[in-house]
Amino acid sequence: MRISVDHISRYSYDPPVRSVVQSHRLTPAQCDNQRIESWLIELPGGLEGGSFTDGAGDRVQGWTIPGPVSEVSVRVRGIVETTDCAGVLRGHRERIPQLAWLRLTAPTAPDAALSALARGISAADPLALAHALCGAVGAAIAYRPGVTHAHTTAAEALALGEGVCQDHTHALIACARLHDLPARYVSGYLQASEDGSPHEAAHAWAEIWIEGLGWVGFDASNNCCPDERYIRLGCGFDARDAAPIRGIARGGGVESLEVSVAVEAAQQ
Amino acid sequence: MQTFFDEMNDQGKVRPPYARLQEWLAAMPAELRNLKQAEAEALFRRVGITFAVYGEGGDPDRLIPFDMFPRVFSAQEWMRLERGIRQRAKALNAFLADVYDRGEIIRAGRIPARLVYLNEAYEPAMAAIRPPRRVFSHIVGVDLVRTGPDAFHVLEDNCRTPSGVSYMLENREIMMRMFPDLFRENRIEPVDGYAEALRRTLASVAPEKCDRDPTIVILTPGHFNSAYYEHSFLADLMGVELVEGQDLFVEGDRVWMRTTEGPQRVDVIYRRIDDPYLDPLCFRPDSMLGVPGLMDVYRSGGVTICSAPGAGVADDKAVYTYVPEMIRFYLGEEPILPNVPTWQCAKPEDMKHVLAHLPELVVKEVHGSGGYGMLVGPKSTREQIEAFRARLIERPDNYIAQPTLALSTVPSFVEEGVAPRHVDLRPYCLVGERIELVPGGLTRVALRDGSLVVNSSQGGGVKDTWVLAE
Repeated sequence: MRISVDHISRYSYDPPVRSVVQSHRLTPAQCDNQRIESWLIELPGGLEGGSFTDGAGDRVQGWTIPGPVSEVSVRVRGIVETTDCAGVLRGHRERIPQLAWLRLTAPTAPDAALSALARGISAADPLALAHALCGAVGAAIAYRPGVTHAHTTAAEALALGEGVCQDHTHALIACARLHDLPARYVSGYLQASEDGSPHEAAHAWAEIWIEGLGWVGFDASNNCCPDERYIRLGCGFDARDAAPIRGIARGGGVESLEVSVAVEAAQQ
Repeated sequence: MQTFFDEMNDQGKVRPPYARLQEWLAAMPAELRNLKQAEAEALFRRVGITFAVYGEGGDPDRLIPFDMFPRVFSAQEWMRLERGIRQRAKALNAFLADVYDRGEIIRAGRIPARLVYLNEAYEPAMAAIRPPRRVFSHIVGVDLVRTGPDAFHVLEDNCRTPSGVSYMLENREIMMRMFPDLFRENRIEPVDGYAEALRRTLASVAPEKCDRDPTIVILTPGHFNSAYYEHSFLADLMGVELVEGQDLFVEGDRVWMRTTEGPQRVDVIYRRIDDPYLDPLCFRPDSMLGVPGLMDVYRSGGVTICSAPGAGVADDKAVYTYVPEMIRFYLGEEPILPNVPTWQCAKPEDMKHVLAHLPELVVKEVHGSGGYGMLVGPKSTREQIEAFRARLIERPDNYIAQPTLALSTVPSFVEEGVAPRHVDLRPYCLVGERIELVPGGLTRVALRDGSLVVNSSQGGGVKDTWVLAE
């Protein structure tokens, strides 16, 4: 499937700040699941910084924007040809050993309720277990935007019983790691055919390491495995670690962010 | 009663390296000694060297007692130590280069994967990163103890930013000023080449992109840090800038330093701040000490950070038990300096032994330092041992245990006169294009009678450490 992406993140600073430094994981890796046809990142006024491929196999690109800065606009446009690999990440080169992905971070740290949720699930094999955990997390945390925020932890979202894809993913990672299954946070795009609403287009899901298969994606928000509608941007231990754009402004202005994402099936 | 090896008086005889010191001591009346001791303290206060060693905490303005009686090694003794330390520094760096790359030693089953990859000090942001010359730990502090004429053991390794080297340099400086005759009568290897060797080492790991004489800086958390004196002391001696995070900034693919003549590019950062504070964009977002964007520049080869983030996975106390294995695996050699036998409480059979022998053992936290959070069995009350036992049972993987070592003693000036006191040794090994080691190190001495804990927070002091020329 050919998918086109147009993703604009507009940061405004009031009053203007001295400078902005950003770190991007905004370039999809080439692998069996996806082939990049075209990909362009524009950041007017920005100076391209160092770039490299990190241990997770993601392209990282640094940027600096000398000040005074009142607005930073990051625009990503591209076309990706995707292939359905039944949720399995194939042909992706990375260096971090899967065991390292058992590490807990603050947003994925389990509490008693998360532990109980995870322990309540058992299955004949790791793959079935991962599917069951994915379903259980989706059932325990209803999809509802606006209830949680960027710093909500998996435990907090479960207590609320509501959340968005970030919360589902954190909770699924916590449950998988409780079963000693390495798991990680994936950020990317989802071409949602029905309504294509911006919120779902910038998406997140989990990958769980299944011995013999490798990394398998699980989208607890939609209770499915990623298929040809998904573009994978990058991964990390949690949402912050996997964020497509991380940034820091120096000099105290209040930051506001406006995002628009259009992910559509592209014409042949 | 346990007997201890004394480095000067062995079985009624004065060992040869100390022969001249014996005469010096005999010729010094008590009044002169007290006078000299007061003079030494005044000198230390004047230079302002009052920090706590090894991040031990405590009162930062407290003077660490300086003991004027030197500790002496013969050329032969030092030669063996030097070979052993170089070997260790080489193996530790090979290990770091390996675990952030293919992890051959783990694939070969020589070190448990979980011990490394789930270690708090393993830094995933360093995976697949190859720093210049593949050196991760540029200054390796190897802590040594002695239990007999030929028996040395490595107590622990320090691969991050070992401190205390300014004491090594100042102790010598002050001894030379107070007792110039001693340095005429004994042929003592100089240590004052350390700063130049450190500068040379740092310059040798400049990024490949660096096309000129590299600009080196020391990055300090600031004057409130207990080792600030050492940071500024080393910067002065090397002739490089001492900077704080706010003095540096990232622009484009490089790091720059604000100067009165405008921005100056920085090539090598000898950082004396811990990993989590280096870059709020990559690590702790609330850190005000670091430089936003530094890690992206570093990982793309625009600047070198010494030591590399994540170097601490090699000096973890549980990983320590595997250093002899590293030496065999990477160098194909047998360790020249043995480890202290260590029980890992995470292993059930080791834990059983530890619980059964607590009153005889020293138990340490895996990530602890400074003599805190440890149990010295023979020196503890039954209540202390039982309280510690409860903590141990709660988190076995947080602890290792070692036998109580019969640390060697060196004569020291104490209130009653001269008496043997227990010592350890930290030499500083520099790793860059070459491996360099100045002859000597920092000797810490437990000044309390009978104490085996040399940490300054626990009543320890320091001594000048001599290596005699052949």
